[in-house]
Amino acid sequence: MLADQDRIFTNIYGMHDRSLAGARQRGHWDGTAGIIKKGRDWIVSEMKESGLRGRGGAGFPTGLKWSFMPKESDGRPSYLVINADESEPGTCKDREIMRHDPHTLIEGALIASFAMNANTAYIYIRGEFIREREALQAAIDECYAAGLLGKNAAKSGWDFDLFLSHGAGAYICGEETALLESLEGKKGMPRMKPPFPAGAGLYGCPTTVNNVESIAVVPTILRRGAAWFSSMGNPNNAGTKLFAISGHVNRPCVVEEEMSIPLRELLEKHCGGVRGGWGNLKAVIPGGSSVQLLPHTVCDEAIMDFDWLRGQQSGLGTAAVIVMDQSVDVIKAIWRLSAFYKHESCGQCTPCREGTGWMMRVMERLVKGEAEPEEIDMLWDVTKQVEGHTICALGDAAAWPIQGLIRHYRDEIEDRIKHKRGVSAVAAE
Amino acid sequence: MLRRLHHTQPETFAFTPANQAWAEGQLTKFPEGRQASGVIPLLWRAQEQEGWLTQPALEYIADMLGMAYIRVLEVATFYFMFQLQPVGSVAHIQVCGTLSCMICGAEDLIGICKDRIAANAHEISADGKFSWEEVECLGACTNAPMVQVGKDYYEDLSAERFNEILDELAAGKVPTPGPQNGRYAAEPLGGAIALAEYEAGKAPLNASATLATDIGDTIKRIDGTEVPLLTPWVRKAAAADVVAKKPETKKRDTKPAETQTVAEAEPEILSAARDGGADDLKLIKGVGPKLEGVLNDLGFYHFDQIENWSAEQIEWVDNRLKFKGRIVRDNWTEQARILASGGETAFSKKAPKEG
Ligand code: FES
Repeated sequence: MLADQDRIFTNIYGMHDRSLAGARQRGHWDGTAGIIKKGRDWIVSEMKESGLRGRGGAGFPTGLKWSFMPKESDGRPSYLVINADESEPGTCKDREIMRHDPHTLIEGALIASFAMNANTAYIYIRGEFIREREALQAAIDECYAAGLLGKNAAKSGWDFDLFLSHGAGAYICGEETALLESLEGKKGMPRMKPPFPAGAGLYGCPTTVNNVESIAVVPTILRRGAAWFSSMGNPNNAGTKLFAISGHVNRPCVVEEEMSIPLRELLEKHCGGVRGGWGNLKAVIPGGSSVQLLPHTVCDEAIMDFDWLRGQQSGLGTAAVIVMDQSVDVIKAIWRLSAFYKHESCGQCTPCREGTGWMMRVMERLVKGEAEPEEIDMLWDVTKQVEGHTICALGDAAAWPIQGLIRHYRDEIEDRIKHKRGVSAVAAE
Repeated sequence: MLRRLHHTQPETFAFTPANQAWAEGQLTKFPEGRQASGVIPLLWRAQEQEGWLTQPALEYIADMLGMAYIRVLEVATFYFMFQLQPVGSVAHIQVCGTLSCMICGAEDLIGICKDRIAANAHEISADGKFSWEEVECLGACTNAPMVQVGKDYYEDLSAERFNEILDELAAGKVPTPGPQNGRYAAEPLGGAIALAEYEAGKAPLNASATLATDIGDTIKRIDGTEVPLLTPWVRKAAAADVVAKKPETKKRDTKPAETQTVAEAEPEILSAARDGGADDLKLIKGVGPKLEGVLNDLGFYHFDQIENWSAEQIEWVDNRLKFKGRIVRDNWTEQARILASGGETAFSKKAPKEG
């Protein structure tokens, strides 16, 4: 188990003093000005060295992303925008950072903004997180009062303002360009890329959008060194990671663990194991609703990191682990996700707008078994026609869970159709 | 789902004075000309005040932000948290029905809503007190199943506990939000395994539940007096001795976003010209009578004030002029240096002498 002294989030359960004073006691805001004085290039190269990959789902190397920002301004300001729209079903980690350990995020925002030549950063938090917004704003106000934000922030010589804004219940705003649209006061419809945000993002200015967790880990990585961070996890999957475990474990929780921890160890050490024992496991969705599920046969040896899960055509995503035991109707579980994507499609691209509804309706019939066996292949085809044919990844995300279901549970779907036919045949007699 | 304005609308809308001040405070977060960025927070505050989002509220906010009504309507219909029809007088119950909650019992909670409140989502209960809807993942999955009531999350619910919560709300009470099964926050039930050393000294409630009980506004209609309005980023002009003019007191700054290049620093400012009168700033190429007036208003009367502006100070002045970039383009500082030492520039030679 990850030792407490190797945790970045030292107050993720909010049991220690949640104020600035408490954060300082736990080592946050220590030597921030010194880090900034080491300069932009040092910070960016150290972040690259650390091997940190974005914690919002895509896993893109954070340091590399930062290096895309213009080094010199062409007259436009640069912005850091922090994605706190946490809405991927199963995911509930950023909430814990923002309400219980907010100073990790605020200090990270200052350092990251400096590294990207931004004097202003926005945090866009999902609208439903009202108390979390209040808690985070209170922490921001505290930092202004203490001189850690504002002019010459934390005596670093860098002027920095951090603003909190929010959404109002649209999953799509977790997509970075939809988020920017929303932050500009529009419908959250994703933009075509290019231009990429680093060239023209918020208000047409160079912008980097990073997930809450990606920014919140920055100060500790820079304080303890890239080598410390990269020493954890398998190669190319460095560091520690917040895992959010929900569903059928005895004691669900959010916990920071070393990357590449075996799934079984994660569930047994921290969550009291699968409800009814490991043998009662049906399937696990390892990275939030968008990734393909792992059937229990694969769960035995599953490793929780980007590359291993990618190898299974699944993914680490947001590291939101949804555990389903044998009581779950796995077809219905995936239907519920299809209903989610149908509800959340922004409607801009036809394959997604029409496809998500279409896929949901076929899934509905598969749940009941009221379908022809050929429709399974037809559904597969439709997922392939949606996947990769939309501006943003929502279409892909709607397609993948269904593909996972068909890949691993085709028998179960076919059985249900057969059974249903048997039943109705009997009923007809 | 079809989202339209309700058929019956109130006559008017206005923010309460405290909400109005709050709304104006929000707009200081965004660059000049980008007030539309405040549309979601403002609409949300209107809903918090009224219970739902009315057409007069949309129009009021559109006017406040200088947005076309249709743009605000687009936003209101796009985002699901906006209630476009009246809701229960006590509370609108939002049950998360997404996967983690579903497999942990959300369907039972929805069943309770159908039985006790109304058969269909967004319908108001017979006693007028409640309405409900199924919503998508609220980001508290480890504490599934859960519902949102007003500003707060009630988590780790059982059907039994949810029934009790509805009873309490109906009786005019507000149960303490947060986990309902003895958990503190997102730690494993029964006690933290990681960071267990802090268990002993913890505050009675987690951060969200603490705010809920301290402020006491879980299901309250918000009038803006609940939490003090703070906008610490709005910097008052530095109160240095020489400063008499304070061009910026209300808003943080007026610089348009696209043109900011360097951090700005305030140059030395005078409240009036020194004895002997002001220099003729029009002798600087690029400064006409209008600009001279602006410069005087800002507190600049003499060439020697201008000749030593640093890049940051130029930025400061530039941000307060209508003509961005002119200072550098026409090289005012160099011109001022020559003029201050009594010299002539090509431009000043041609200029008609004053007086
Ligand atoms: S699924 Fe209900 S909170 Fe995430």
